[in-house]
Amino acid sequence: MSFIEQIKSHHLDILREVGNIGAGNAATSLSKILGKTIEMTVPNVRIVSFDEMMDMVGGSENVIASIFLRIEGDAPGSIYFMLPLEQAKKYIEQMTGETNFSFENPPFSEISVSALQELGNILSGSYLSALSDFTQLNLYPSVPALGIDMVGAILSYGLMEVSQVSDYAIVIDTAVSEQEDSITESVKGHFFLLLDPESFEKIFSALGVPIDE
Amino acid sequence: MNETVNIIKVGIADMNVVESPNLIRTSGLGSCVGVVIYDTQKEIAGLAHVMLPDSSLSKTGTINIAKYADTAIEELLYRISKLGSKQSNLKAKIAGGAQMFQFSSQNDMMRIGPRNVDAVKKELLRFRIPITAEDTGGSSGRTIEFNPSTRMLNIRTVNQGVKDI
Repeated sequence: MSFIEQIKSHHLDILREVGNIGAGNAATSLSKILGKTIEMTVPNVRIVSFDEMMDMVGGSENVIASIFLRIEGDAPGSIYFMLPLEQAKKYIEQMTGETNFSFENPPFSEISVSALQELGNILSGSYLSALSDFTQLNLYPSVPALGIDMVGAILSYGLMEVSQVSDYAIVIDTAVSEQEDSITESVKGHFFLLLDPESFEKIFSALGVPIDE
Repeated sequence: MNETVNIIKVGIADMNVVESPNLIRTSGLGSCVGVVIYDTQKEIAGLAHVMLPDSSLSKTGTINIAKYADTAIEELLYRISKLGSKQSNLKAKIAGGAQMFQFSSQNDMMRIGPRNVDAVKKELLRFRIPITAEDTGGSSGRTIEFNPSTRMLNIRTVNQGVKDI
């Protein structure tokens, strides 16, 4: 029996809370860096096929900027922070003061790449530390890697572990948005948390709701 | 005569076959490998989007045969033969197997791209299917499209543009 079939709706609620705490902490960090109010959506926890997962961020061929971080320790997994290129460009310009940065003509200046990488480091790091505090599990981040490429190429990397046991993945998706004026809000980026299959049991047990009860 | 050209889309860990004038395509290959097997006499081809090298990695009973190099190529050959191809007329083109992120991790899964390429080559050798062209490795994602009438494989990357092999 696949591990996904053992997961019940109250487990999904827990994963939603995990995403809420992680992304909430990261959104606070982002607000501080940019000096702006950053909103975040209620996390969306979905069991999806690999192709459906790509479609959640614009489809397999869509080009995005992504920070990828492996979680090591008690409950291994992957965290992605993904930005549309237009938004990544805005953040780079805001942080470096560069005015005409473009993803059209690589190689990019070292400072812009490292600014974006640093932003991703801080955000994914604060996501992970909230996760670690909440579950009381030892979770360590790998050195985060920046990728500017097609969604399919970037996300399939985080699916390697789960693909050995299933054709479906559980995605904990939280969108962050900036409040532009009092009415309009637009999605600026997505956090995806993809846990390795054996990590679900560990997180559920750590929070007092084991799978086989 | 006014035939419409359809593009048959192959998803991740998926496969399909095509006859001209249609095209076959898969997008966003990273560490995965796109394997095209085509007929040199008839305008028939098949494409598999392979995700993992070996079905022995599977930890479940039922497997998706399109996911693994060792099971996908055998099945693809079977489906192409059902369209009327003789195995002696078949050749292959492959693309993908990139290393998207560089980690100094000990974990073998992190260098899955090169392992996928090796497994695909080994399997094609087992069935004596020669590889006529390949674009593998590197650190870029690829979208590929094969035309069974010209037998050209079109490859698009984000930073290195478009080429035909």
